[in-house]
Amino acid sequence: MDLIYTPEQNAFRKEVRAWLAANIPAKPLASFDTQEGFEQHRAWEKTLAKGNWGMVTWPKEYGGRGCNLIEWLIFEEEYYRASAPLRVNQNGIFLLGPTLMEYGTPAQKERFITKMASGEEMWAQGWSEPGAGSDLAAIRSKAIRQGDEYVLNGQKVWSTRAVFADWVFCIFRTDPASERHHGLSFIFVPLNAPGVTVRPIPQLDGLPGFAEIFFDDVRVPVENRLGDEGQGWNIAMSTAGFERGLMLRSPARFQETAKRLVKLYREHSNDILDLSIEDAVVKCYMDAEAYALSTYQTASRLMKGGKIGSESSVNKIFWSELDQLMHETAMNILGWRAELWPQSPAAGDVGHWLDGFLFAQSGPIYAGTNEIQRNIIAERLLGMPRK
Amino acid sequence: MDFTFTEDQRLFCDNVKVFLQNEVTPEALRKSWESESGRSPELWQKLVDIGLTAMLVPEKFGGLGMNAVDFILIAQECGRAALAEPLVETALVGVPLLASLADNDERCAQLLEKIATGERRIAVGHSVNNLISDAHVADYLLLPNGNQIHLVPREQVHLVAQQSVDPSRRLFSVDWKVTEETLLTNGALGVSLLAAALNRGALGAAAQLLGLAEAMVGLAVAYTSDRKQFGKPIGVNQALKHHMANCAVKTEFAKPVLYRAAYTASTHPVHADFAVSHAKVAAGEAALLAAKNSIQSFGAMGYTWECDLHIFMKRAWALDKYWGHAGFHKNRLHQWLLNPNAKIGADKTFGEQA
Ligand SMILES: Cc1cc2nc3c(=O)[nH]c(=O)nc-3n(C[C@H](O)[C@H](O)[C@H](O)COP(=O)(O)OP(=O)(O)OC[C@H]3O[C@@H](n4cnc5c(N)ncnc54)[C@H](O)[C@@H]3O)c2cc1C
Repeated sequence: MDLIYTPEQNAFRKEVRAWLAANIPAKPLASFDTQEGFEQHRAWEKTLAKGNWGMVTWPKEYGGRGCNLIEWLIFEEEYYRASAPLRVNQNGIFLLGPTLMEYGTPAQKERFITKMASGEEMWAQGWSEPGAGSDLAAIRSKAIRQGDEYVLNGQKVWSTRAVFADWVFCIFRTDPASERHHGLSFIFVPLNAPGVTVRPIPQLDGLPGFAEIFFDDVRVPVENRLGDEGQGWNIAMSTAGFERGLMLRSPARFQETAKRLVKLYREHSNDILDLSIEDAVVKCYMDAEAYALSTYQTASRLMKGGKIGSESSVNKIFWSELDQLMHETAMNILGWRAELWPQSPAAGDVGHWLDGFLFAQSGPIYAGTNEIQRNIIAERLLGMPRK
Repeated sequence: MDFTFTEDQRLFCDNVKVFLQNEVTPEALRKSWESESGRSPELWQKLVDIGLTAMLVPEKFGGLGMNAVDFILIAQECGRAALAEPLVETALVGVPLLASLADNDERCAQLLEKIATGERRIAVGHSVNNLISDAHVADYLLLPNGNQIHLVPREQVHLVAQQSVDPSRRLFSVDWKVTEETLLTNGALGVSLLAAALNRGALGAAAQLLGLAEAMVGLAVAYTSDRKQFGKPIGVNQALKHHMANCAVKTEFAKPVLYRAAYTASTHPVHADFAVSHAKVAAGEAALLAAKNSIQSFGAMGYTWECDLHIFMKRAWALDKYWGHAGFHKNRLHQWLLNPNAKIGADKTFGEQA
C-alpha cells in the first residue's frame, strides 16, 4: 500500500489542470437536454478530442492516452474540480466504449470507437422496453436475420439523450423462439435509419432528456452486431458492470458536490435551525470521500489483474443514495429558496441545487433500481437463497 | 499510488484467520466466561508464537518492525473471531507507544523485547476510556496523568472490576499513586504520544468492528438460509435480503476508509485524526446496523443466551463506545471539515501532495 502519487502522476495532474483552465468554455453551456445545449456539448467533446482528452484510458490509436485507472481518476478529479461541462456522450464513452474494447472486432473498433472519441458520433442506450424494466430479460423487440441484414421491429423506452443522439446500442431478440436471457443480441442502430421514430419524453424538469424509440422494419447490416448472435445478455451485463461499478459515476463528481455543500452550509450556518443539517453535511462529505477511497481500491485491484464483481451493485446503491442525501440536505439548507428554478430572480446563485435535486431522484432508479441491486448483493455477494 | 495489500499481507492474514477460527470458537469463548480471569495464558502464548505481539515491535528490540497497515487486517480478524485476549490493545496500541520511547528509555526497550517473547504483558489506559481492559492479566500498565505517561507495575495499582455487557470483556477502574519513578514522559511529547495512542486505539476498535459486522451478517445469512417458514427458507424474503444487503453496503464502504486511516496513522501525515475518526464512525455504524439487522433476522432465537449472535453483538456495542464514541469522533470530523481553511475536494482525497 502506497497512497502517495508518483511524480509522473503529479505532473499529469498539473497538465490536466492547465489544459482545462485554458480550454473550458467561459460561459456555462445550456442544458444538453435542449438542441442548442446538445450541440454546445458536442462541440466541447470535439475540443476534448483535439487535445486527446476525450477518453484518457483508451489506446493512443483511438484518440486516447493509454492512461491507467489511477490517471483516469486524477483526470476526473481535475475535470470536476474545474466544473467542466458534463459529458454528453457518457453512454458512449463510459458504457459502450469499454464494452467495444472487450468484444468488438478490429473493424468495429476502428469504425465506432474512433468516431466516438472524436466527438463526431453521440450514443444512446436502448435496452428498456415498456414490458422490460427491472426484468430486462423480458425484452420483446426483434431482430430477424435476412441475408446480411437484420430487420428490426419493436419499441424501446427511457433512452437517455436519444432525442439528439446519432446512434443507439440496443438489445434485440434475434431468436424469436427464445425466452428470457437466451437468444438476445447486442446491435447498433443509426437513429436516422428509415423506419426509426424517436418520440421525446419530458422528464421532471420538463426537458426531453429521454425518448421512446420505435422500430418499423428497420434494416441494419450484420456487422452492426457486437459479439456473437445470442451473446447479447452476457455483453449487456458486462456493460452494466461498468455502468454501476466504475466508469459512469466517478467519485470526483460527488466529492465536488459535497465540497459545494460544505460551502453552502458555511454560508448559511447562521440561519439554520435544524441541528441535524450539520450532521448530514459532514456525513455527505465523508461518504463522498469513502466512495473515492473505494474507487481507488478497485482501480488498484483492477490494475493488478482483478475483475469487477458484485461490488458494482454495492457501488451503485452507495453513490445514488449519497447523491440524494446531498441534494436533500442542500434543499434543507436553502429553505424557502429551495423550490425556485435557477431563472427566478430570487434564486440567486443557488438555483442549480434544484436541478441536481430533481436529477438525484432518478439515481436509485436508472442503471438497475436499488431494490434490484440489493437482491443481487443478497443473493450473489452474500449467498442468500433465491427460492 | 497503490491501494492494495501485498500478497504477503493477505496470506498472513488468511493464516491468522484460520488459526482464530480453530482456536477461538464460540464454545471456547463461552468456556472462558466461566473462568475467573476470562483469559487463557495458553492461547496468549500461541498468539505470541505466531509473532502477533511482535509485529509492531522494532527489529532492534526483537520484533518484526511492521506497521499499522500490516496489522490492520489482523485486527479485523480478531473482531471476526470475537477474540477476547487483548492482542489489538497490546500490539497496535501499547507497543508503538513504548517503541517511540525505547531508544532513550531502557525500561521501554526491555519491555518491548519481553512483549515480543510473551514474557511480559501490558494494558493501556487512556483518558478517553476511563476504564482499562485486561489490566488484571498485565504485568505493567501504561497510564496517563494529564500529559504525563507512566509505566506502572500491576502490584502498585488497585484494580476494581467492572462488569461489561460483553461477558468476554474484563474492565477495571484503576487507583494508583503518581510517582517520579514510573514516569516515562510528559510535556509536548506526552501529549503527542497520547494523541497517537488514541488514534491507534480507535483504529483497532474500528477494524474489530468491521470483522464483527461481517461475522454477524455471516451468522444471519446462514440462519436465514436454513430456517423455514411458510414452507421455504425465510431468507428468500426480500425484507431480510435487503436488511443484509444494507449491512454489506455499509461494511464494504467502511473498509477502504479503515485502510486509509491505518496508512495515515502509520505514515504520520497531519491528516490522521480525521482519517481515524472517519474510520471509527463508519465502522461503528456498520457494526451497529449489522447487530440490529442480524438479531431481527434470527427472530426470538437471536434474543437468547444460547444463540451465538450475542457474542459478537455485545462486543460490537462495547467497542463502538471504546476509544471514543461516535459523538467524540464526529465532533473531530465537524471541527476539521467546517473549518474555513479545510483543504477539501476531489483532488484532496490523500491530502495535498502536488
Ligand atoms: C433518468 C433515467 C434514465 C434512463 N436511461 C435509460 C437509457 O438510456 N436506456 C435504457 O435502456 N433505460 C434507461 N432508463 C430505464 C431504467 O433502466 C429503468 O427505469 C429501470 O431498469 C427500472 O425499470 P422500470 O422503470 O420499468 O421500473 P419497474 O421495473 O417497473 O420497477 C418499479 C419499482 O418496482 C421495483 N421492483 C421491480 N421488480 C422488483 C423486484 N424483483 N424486487 C423488488 N422490487 C422490484 C423497482 O425497484 C421499482 O422500485 C432510464 C431511467 C431513468 C429514470
